[in-house]
Amino acid sequence: MKTKTKNNQNYLEYVSNIMPKTNEFQKIFRAFWVGGFICCIGQALRLLYQSVFSLSGDELAGFVSMTMIFLGALFTGIGIYDRIGKYAGGGSIVPITGFANSVVSPAMEFKSEGFIYGLASKMFVIAGPIIVFGTVASVLVGLGYYIYFMVV
Amino acid sequence: MSDIIIDFLMAFLVGGAICAIAQVLINLTKLTAGKILVYFLLAGVLLQAFGVYEYLVNIGGAGATVPISGFGYLLANGAIKGAKEGLFGALTGGISAAAMGISAAIVFGYFFALIFKPKSKKN
Repeated sequence: MKTKTKNNQNYLEYVSNIMPKTNEFQKIFRAFWVGGFICCIGQALRLLYQSVFSLSGDELAGFVSMTMIFLGALFTGIGIYDRIGKYAGGGSIVPITGFANSVVSPAMEFKSEGFIYGLASKMFVIAGPIIVFGTVASVLVGLGYYIYFMVV
Repeated sequence: MSDIIIDFLMAFLVGGAICAIAQVLINLTKLTAGKILVYFLLAGVLLQAFGVYEYLVNIGGAGATVPISGFGYLLANGAIKGAKEGLFGALTGGISAAAMGISAAIVFGYFFALIFKPKSKKN
């Protein structure tokens, strides 16, 4: 029994020696610069669409996020986004490209279970809750403001 | 020219800061990606419901609109604009504003999941 606990202890030491040491601050810094960089790609697209296609307002914002989602889905498909995710953590989750990643990744994984209950339904494993809470919250805000505008 | 550089710098700083906050939350609470996305979306909706997120968008540009909280901002903004026109707008404004994002995620998501094979988790 004693040797067993000693073995366990040795094993734990061994594991902690082998585990890559990423401290908390390093993770935050990585999330910061990768997240900031992804937003700069968005800013570049804004500039491009503004100057080349002279888009503005909602149209500009819409086509920029469309392109970002396209890129997120593409990079997930070719397997690069998950590698970025391993390095950047929150820096790859929070941008809209991470939303695209959360759609494509499980859909690809479960494609073998069929196109309806596999691919199509697994697209919404994470996107589903986002759409649910987004819709509920936006309707509540809309109703709140509707009542507010009636009263004021 | 210097305006453009400042725009990029602000996008980098604001976007990076939002992602860094997410990472701090992940470090402290071990939240999963799905929960982080939902919380940041709701934070965006809530902040814009009080008209606050708009300031962040004015400062950070894409740095504030690219993160998922910007999607929440879009939803809340659409709902508020719709509410000015009446009950129908109040109920549909949010999803109408987010329609591009949702369509893009579903259409691109579907086709890319169809085309590509899942990569092994090893690398």
